[in-house]
This record gives sequence, structure tokens and C-alpha cells, in this order.
Amino acid sequence: MMQSLLHWIDERFPLTKVWQEHMAQYYAPKNFNFWYYFGSLALLVLVLQIVTGILLTMHYKPDSTLAFASVEYIMRDVPGGWFIRYLHSVGSSMFFVTVYLHMFRGLMYGSHREPRELIWLIGVVIYVALMAEAFFGYLLPWGNMSYWGAQVIVSLFGAIPGIGEALAEWVRGDFVISDATLNRFFAFHVILLPLLLAALVYLHIVALHKVGSNNPDGIEIKKNKDKDGKPLDGIPFHPYYTVKDVFGVAVFMMVYLAIVFFVPELDGWFLEKDNFQPADILQTPPEIVPLWYLTPYYSILRAVTFEWLPGGAKLWGVMAMGFAIVLLFFLPWLDRSKVRSIRYRGWMYKTMLILFAVNFVMLGYLGTVNPGHVDLIWFKNVTWAQIGLVVYFAFFLLMPIYTKLDRNKPEPDRVR
Amino acid sequence: MRKLLIVIALLAPPALAQASSNNENLDSVHIDLADRLSLQKGANTFVNYCLSCHNAAYMRYERMASDLGISEQLLKDNLMFAADKPGELMVTTMAPTDAKQWFGVVPPDLSLTARSRGPDWIYTYLRSFYHDESTPTGWNNLLFPSVAMPHVLHQWQGTRTAHFEEVDGNKHFESFVAGVPGQMTESEYNSTIRDLTNFMVYLAEPAKLVRYRIGFWVMIFMVVFIVLSYTLKKEYWRDVH
Amino acid sequence: MTQHVNKRRRRLLTTLTTGVGLVGTGTLAAPFVASMQPSARARAAGAPVEVDISKLLPGQMLTVEWRGKPVWILRRSERMLQGLAELAGKLADPDSEVLAQQPSYAKNPYRSIQPELLVVLGVCTHLGCAPSRKFEIGAASGLGDDWVGGFFCPCHGSTFDLAGRVYKGVPAPTNLPVPPYSFLSDSRILIGVDQEEASA
Repeated sequence: MMQSLLHWIDERFPLTKVWQEHMAQYYAPKNFNFWYYFGSLALLVLVLQIVTGILLTMHYKPDSTLAFASVEYIMRDVPGGWFIRYLHSVGSSMFFVTVYLHMFRGLMYGSHREPRELIWLIGVVIYVALMAEAFFGYLLPWGNMSYWGAQVIVSLFGAIPGIGEALAEWVRGDFVISDATLNRFFAFHVILLPLLLAALVYLHIVALHKVGSNNPDGIEIKKNKDKDGKPLDGIPFHPYYTVKDVFGVAVFMMVYLAIVFFVPELDGWFLEKDNFQPADILQTPPEIVPLWYLTPYYSILRAVTFEWLPGGAKLWGVMAMGFAIVLLFFLPWLDRSKVRSIRYRGWMYKTMLILFAVNFVMLGYLGTVNPGHVDLIWFKNVTWAQIGLVVYFAFFLLMPIYTKLDRNKPEPDRVR
Repeated sequence: MRKLLIVIALLAPPALAQASSNNENLDSVHIDLADRLSLQKGANTFVNYCLSCHNAAYMRYERMASDLGISEQLLKDNLMFAADKPGELMVTTMAPTDAKQWFGVVPPDLSLTARSRGPDWIYTYLRSFYHDESTPTGWNNLLFPSVAMPHVLHQWQGTRTAHFEEVDGNKHFESFVAGVPGQMTESEYNSTIRDLTNFMVYLAEPAKLVRYRIGFWVMIFMVVFIVLSYTLKKEYWRDVH
Repeated sequence: MTQHVNKRRRRLLTTLTTGVGLVGTGTLAAPFVASMQPSARARAAGAPVEVDISKLLPGQMLTVEWRGKPVWILRRSERMLQGLAELAGKLADPDSEVLAQQPSYAKNPYRSIQPELLVVLGVCTHLGCAPSRKFEIGAASGLGDDWVGGFFCPCHGSTFDLAGRVYKGVPAPTNLPVPPYSFLSDSRILIGVDQEEASA
């Protein structure tokens, strides 16, 4: 009976064809390692955020006089509401954990290189959309940090010469962050960006399946095929990677749920203390800090302190922050190495990549502390942030040089 | 090399946690949400003293009673402050306009104070009041200078003044000078405040009573599922060489 | 390369893992489904309503709100009660056979716990309008000479007697619903709680 039902559907919809092409007969390299879990995990988090998000919108009220109370209503009065809320708040951080690790995998194994440039580009758009989604979402609880964080970031638009103020007003729908802003950020967070993200993730996977996955050795498995045309170093995604990804999901969910049940606030890293106070236009929190995943770029923004620059430090800070993100788009063309994977690269790229990663974490940390203090060693935080900015840009801008100069090892013909 | 990176990345958050804590010297309080008696005592103090001026507007009487093991009758007799039905929210009767007039500021809602300021802060704050002629209420607080709140519990703690020393132009607190003694000894008062703080931690997040317990079982299940899914993976991957 | 594939083991492991996985997913989803249940706020708003009937004289009716609906409490006079038995032939469900419309303790000729006190929801069982009271007898009511008092729904003309029972030949299909209620004392009724629960 199931066979004839399937047959009926297949005559009208390419169900079996899609299943074969993208799962049962999609040949992926057999040497995927730990770093290859994070794509499917990011997709899992996206689905969970949407499901928990829909449930939250059943109770949340996007009105500046009701929003804060509605979140507490969810936490206390809605059966299971606290669990859904924590899944969503911890989930947003888990989204960035998986996405950052996923991107790092790309940088390590050359997944941004030809012929996968478009996958990388779509991925960067997803990353930017995700940051926007998180930013809009953070205003919704209407806590004091929500309010002031949004106030600071939207006022950055004001730095743009000429149109800046008008643009900021247009984004806010008011002269300050207000109920109007809250309502439209709700629309962006619940409808606009989720639709965009879903579409972009679809395109990302379509682009991936067109060329096939990269792998830790960075070599093209399609170069060596057997008599049936199947890559010698490939295995069908289903059942091998479906079953492996289920294991990945199990481990990931254990970590995720451990945080949800035992430390959902993570000492202020996932839920900021200041946000347990309602938005107060008369009282700014002592430190205005975005959540951890936005802090590296926040750091770059604050690092530019030179007022003598034409237009002022604020404008150049905004431009530096924007440029730091834009640089990601150029990566496939900045990387001139003859090899893809870090396994066969010379010491220059390896050093720069590790430096970049450590630097990115440092920038993230510096985004959470007062620029005037000394929290690391020797220099003030702002000085370290300036060094961090330079290292960040150097990784990209010097890449055409050091990737060309690097003495690479010969790539193998078959995967190891 | 990669592993070093991961280690560094994972070590960062705990190290950074130091940066997020403030530099006030707070006394630490032992919170134990399993201590029902403590929570009940704290609830009693809270309803009878704090709700006169403060709201706890996100909490319902009924929920508090059922979570703390208080019968509906006991709730109605002792713990329902100016409310008719147990399902109602715990709000104060002090009108905001009156509060503004009398204190200069509307007393903040206390539902989430234990999450925004922390239990140590609350415990220290409620034990740091002292008599001060120069303020409108005659009271001041070491942790929150010029606070508009009077020492509501002074009859329990007693009245005392504070002695300051001038050091390099800065006033530095030296010691308290005992005045009129309170109805409780210092350790009794500390214990009462500890119970009240304990209650306020519960008040800020009632789900805390259940989430650790549920979480434990979830972890057990996840371990089982991890073992199963790993075995399944290994079985299929025997095909791959 | 071609190892012997133990199909039975694979099938067993797959089934077991899938089963446990489904249990896990179901447990994760349970709070999601539960979250759509009435919340504490809804339950508080729908909480039982206490009514003081000490000042209610025979022939008087008061209306209170319970769960967003009007509840009529009518202290029926002797004459009102006497008229009830004679109506059987004109009523669609004189003996309250449709059990969903009243608790078991209201399945009697008076449709109430105490004969003189009617407690009924003022919601027409046709399409939900609020009927008007028509306690005047005879032609003065505008409903004909043989009208003995009751309720008239202005929306589509349904009529009910003084026990909330629906007449034959009107759009409304069933008697007016009697909500759960109980007596806390002679002067106080609790709407929303059955008699057994109240005394428990």
C-alpha cells in the first residue's frame, strides 16, 4: 500500500528523486571529522528556534507597556513556559556557537575556495542575517539592557554623514527607541528574518549539493570515480551521515539541555542581569554590552577612538565594524594558496589562522569590558582592542601575500 | 594545535566571568531552595513587611502557596495581602502617586531583584541600614547610600549609627555604633534575612524548584541515547574503510 | 571490504535508537503542547465566583460574570415554581434528558439544587445571544396570553421557561446550561465549583 502511495506521489512530485539525489545517492567524502557536525547542528538549532519562537509568540506581547510582564507571564503562568523560554534564549547562543565553529571549519579546510565561493558568500549573508535576527530579538524582552543596547546600536546610524539622523529615525519609527521600534523589531524578528534565513539556508544547501562537499584534506573526491561513476572516497549521505549526525545531535542536545536545565543564565553570558530590570529611560546600565556573539564586532567599533579623523571617531568606528564584516565576502579571492586544507598549508597560514582565532576571542572579551580599564596585561583594554582590530584586518588584507609566499605540502590524491 | 584553540576558547568564559562581577564587598548568603521552612518564613516576612510598599506583580498567591506547601486556608488567613482570590497577583496597596510623594521614588517591583542584583546583594543590603539624621527618613544604607527606603525591620535589628573616618578626603566606613537594641539577636536577624533572601530567590524564578530535578533525569536519558546512537553509528560505519 | 552485514543487528539497533529517540522527542515536545493549555492567568480569571444572595427577594434576579459569561441567579416565587410542572407538553426537553446541559444535581423539575434558586447561564443555546427576561404573565409580556413567565431571546425568537428549559418549535435546540455551583452557606453561592468538590 505504501509502495503504491509512493508511486502516486512520484508521478506528481519528485519525492523519490529528491531523496535519492540529496540523501541516498548524494556522495559525501568519507573522511568527515568532528568539525563537520556543525552544519547539521546549526540547521537543528534553526528549527528549534522557529518552533520555540512560534510558541513564545502565542503569549508574548509586543507592546512597550506589556512586553516585560509578558515574558514573566511565560516564565511563571504558562505551563512549561520557562522551558520554552530558556530553549529559545540558550538556543540563540547555541546558534552562534555552531555557526562560528562551522565557519572556522571552512577557514581550516578551504571550504570557501573554488568551486565553493558561492556557498561561502551565501553563508556570510546568513551570518549577517543571523546577527540582525539576534539584535532585533534582543529588544523584545524590553529589559534595561535590551533598551539601551538597541539605543546605542541604532544611534550608530546617526554617524552616517547627511542622512544619518533621518535614517536612524526611520529605523526607530520615533525619535528614541520606543513602542514603535519594539513593534517593528518584532515583525522583523518573527517574520522577515526567519523567512530570509530559511530561504538562505535552502540556497546554501542547494549550492553545496551542486558542487559536492569539501573535506578535511581539501581534495576533490569527484576526481577519482569507480566504474559506476561514484567517487572512490565518497559514501552515500544516507545512511552513513544521517546515522552519524544523529549521534552528533545526541551529544549536542545533551550540552544544550544541560545549560537549559542547570545554568540557563550562564552567569550573565546568555541572559544578562541588567535585563531582569524593565527598560528605564532614566537609568542607563553601568556597562552597555551586547551578548557575547556580537562582542568581537562591538570591540572593533569601540576601538576607533581617533577624533582627528574626518567625520569623527564614531563614523570611522562604524565603518571599521562594517568593513570587518564585508571583508568576509572577499575571502575566496584573498586566499591565493594552491592548496585548500590547513593540513597541507605552510606555517604562515597556520600561524595567521590561529592568531586570527585567538584574536577574535580576545576581541570578544574586550567587547564586554570597560575600554578604559586594564583587564589584560600592560595596556588598557582599548589599546588591546586596537591591536585586535589590526590583527583582524591583517588576516584578510595580507592574505594574498602570505598565502602566495607560503610553502605548502603536496596534496594527496586520495583522502587520508 | 586545533585542540589548543578549543581549550583556549573554552577557558575564556570562566576567566571572563570575573570581569562581569562588580567590585562591591558583599556578604555571601547560603541559598537552599529545598529548605521549605526557610522559604515559608521568608514568605511570611515578605508578605507582611515588603508588600506594604513593593509589588511582586509577576507572582500569584496561589502559586506561592502550592510551591511552598502552604494550604489554601493558611494562605488566606496569613499570607493574602489585600487580595480576595488566591489566583490574584501579589501587588501592593500603596498607590504609585502616593509613593512618589512620600519617598520621591516608586518602590521597585521585587519579583526579579534576586536575579538582577543577586542574593548576596539583597542579604547585604537588608543588613546594612543605619540611623542617619541627615536623610529624609532618618535612615541610610552602606550598600546603597542615600536610599529612599527606611529601615522597615529596625525593630528586629535594632538601631545603630555608622562611624566614618576621613581618609585622603574620602569618607571610609569604620564601624557601627550600637544604639537601641532590636527584638532579635544579630544571629536571629541574620537568619531571618537569610530566609527572606532565600524566598526572594524562589520568587525570582519559581521554576528553579523543578528544573534541577528534571534536568538530572534528562541527562540520564541523554547518556542512554548517546550510547545507543553511537553504537548504531559504529555498526553502520563498519562498512566504510 | 565486503564484510558480512549483520542485518538483524542493524535493524534492531535502528529500531531501538529510533524508538528511544521518539520517546525523547515526544518528551521534549510535551511542554510545547502543554503551553497551549489555559495558563495560570486564564485559570485565575476563570476562577469560581462567590455570590451573596442574602438580599435577593422572591421574583428578583441578579447577574454575575463567570468565565466571561453572564450567570443568572433567580429566586423564584411560589407562583413561578407552580407554573413549571404544567408546561411539559410545550417544552422540547422537559426532563433535562440532554445531560450535557446541567450537572447531575440539576437534573430535576426545578433544574437546581434548591427549588427556589435558579442558577443558569444567560447564553441562548442557538447562537449565543443574551436572552432578555420576560417575567410578566400573559399578554402584557407581548408573548401571548398563555405566557407564564421566562426568557425571550431577541436574536431569533427562542423562548425558555423559568427553569431555563427551551420551548418546542424555536431555533434553540437545548435547555439553558446550568453551570457547576454549590452552596457555601444559606446566603452564599460559589459559581464554578460542584457541590461535591465544595464540601470536600
